[in-house]
Amino acid sequence: MAGKPMIEMRGVGKWFGAFQVLKDIDLDVAQGEKIVLCGPSGSGKSTLVRLVNGLEPYQAGRVAVDGIELGNDSKAIEAVRLEVGMVFQSFNLFPHLTALENLTLAPIWVRRMPKRAAEAHALQLLERVRIAEQAQKYPAQLSGGQQQRVAIARALAMRPKIMLFDEPTSALDPEMIKEVLDVMVELAAEGMTMVVVTHEMGFARTVADRVVFMDRGEIVESAPPKAFFEAPRTDRARLFLSQILGH
Amino acid sequence: MRWLRENLFGSWGSTLATLGILWLAWMLLPPFVEWAFLKAVWFAPDSRPCRAEGAGACWALIAEKHRFILFGTYPYEQHWRPGAAILVLFALYTASALRRFWRPALALAWLGGLALIGLLMWGGVLGLPYVENERWGGLMLTLLLATFGIAFAFPISILLALGRRTRLPAVRALAVAWIELVRGVPLISLLFMASVMLPLFLPEGVSIDKLLRALIAMIVFAAAYLAEVVRGGLQAVPHGQVEAADALGLPYWRKTLLVVLPQALRVAIPPLVNTFIGFFKDTSLVVIIGLFDLLTSIKVALIEPAWSGFGVEAYLFAALVYFVFCYAMSRYSQDLERELERSRTHALKGN
Repeated sequence: MAGKPMIEMRGVGKWFGAFQVLKDIDLDVAQGEKIVLCGPSGSGKSTLVRLVNGLEPYQAGRVAVDGIELGNDSKAIEAVRLEVGMVFQSFNLFPHLTALENLTLAPIWVRRMPKRAAEAHALQLLERVRIAEQAQKYPAQLSGGQQQRVAIARALAMRPKIMLFDEPTSALDPEMIKEVLDVMVELAAEGMTMVVVTHEMGFARTVADRVVFMDRGEIVESAPPKAFFEAPRTDRARLFLSQILGH
Repeated sequence: MRWLRENLFGSWGSTLATLGILWLAWMLLPPFVEWAFLKAVWFAPDSRPCRAEGAGACWALIAEKHRFILFGTYPYEQHWRPGAAILVLFALYTASALRRFWRPALALAWLGGLALIGLLMWGGVLGLPYVENERWGGLMLTLLLATFGIAFAFPISILLALGRRTRLPAVRALAVAWIELVRGVPLISLLFMASVMLPLFLPEGVSIDKLLRALIAMIVFAAAYLAEVVRGGLQAVPHGQVEAADALGLPYWRKTLLVVLPQALRVAIPPLVNTFIGFFKDTSLVVIIGLFDLLTSIKVALIEPAWSGFGVEAYLFAALVYFVFCYAMSRYSQDLERELERSRTHALKGN
């Protein structure tokens, strides 16, 4: 992969009490690269993405995002969060704000953008995720798929260099998954650096540069999707694939 | 008719209950209406017409003493000042009730309004004679205690609730100590402490006046109670909201003010108003340190031999005044909840 490294992880370890959730993780993500993280539940994949923007602290190793050493230093974490957008499984839109206000909140209060400029940019983004006509609605008035698209637009409103997706379609009804994945595919085509935790193997096949398979807190395999799906090297990956593709 | 049959006479039991209640109403209501309205004495310079044979309620007492009930022992010829102060208070209440005034300027309006009220009440400048606050009283004092009390206790309670949830150990310990110590003590004993003990701790020559001491005690007390209500609201905000705000890079105070508190306080409206109402009525406890609130000035009005013996009327009136204010708060909070809920719940689909 060309491009400078956007995320570098070396020997990262994390514990919840005595239980080790991440073991000696090494991972590099280059600029513009798209990584799909998959693995059985409890494998540590969500914890790993949440570590990139400091939502989870870690106890061993080092993590650098766009050259900023994360550590557990709050200043560094703040700086990293300005570069990294995140989309959650449960959308987490702010229910007391309209879709538009959800998008403009951080640009106005963190980036100090003038309100008008922030709104103009937000409308462009809502247009891009095909939901501009819902700008004045509250989250509770939107469907799950619409909410998740607003959530993606909200993360993009901060003009991040990296986008993290933590199971973005797992909470959606089946008929809404496609509209969200379509937006993510477009985003990938525009060259965004993306780390996506998902079980959507179709998405992994078409979009990912690399599939990273995790199990029990370790990275077990890391390969281009074609190689990973057609010829997994480990039994654990084979078992996982047979479980999610075997019906 | 059908409604009557179904709801009031649906079964033997409910028929009996309906008839029983009708009978009680028949027995009690006409005499009350006769006493309170038909035969009532509305105006009289003294109590003689009230004492006449067959006379009903003596509302003349209220009419005669209304200035005292409103303003206590405030100098009579200066009564326009507390009157104006009450108008300022009502203007502030009204502005705060309308959602379109909910912007930062409202806080400034409150500061300005409270300062103006202080100026009107104390005087001593602009040619207004100085009136020491020993002489403030009546409904005015009740409203002042309740308004200043809530205006200061509410923001403090938010800080306490946030403090109790913070990771900073010193701040948390302070917040927990404040809340737990104060909640474990009756308001009366706090008022006693404020009036008797506080002066002992102050250096010689420094004195805080009685009203201010009472107010401080009440603020300390109300803040502790409100803090727990606010904390309940904070706990109702899903953790995902905090994470979303974190992920967007919002620092602590902006996250708290823009994302967490608006949701937490919305959830907490009913118990908050409940506490406000309780606090409003608790102001009557200042009587024990010698302040003349609404209830006390009514009691004092009855001491005068000319009007003694009309306690029922006087206390009914006091109850009515308290009820009007508390019911207004309650109605307003219900409307507000409904209005806030409307934007969230209609057309609920998907998740």
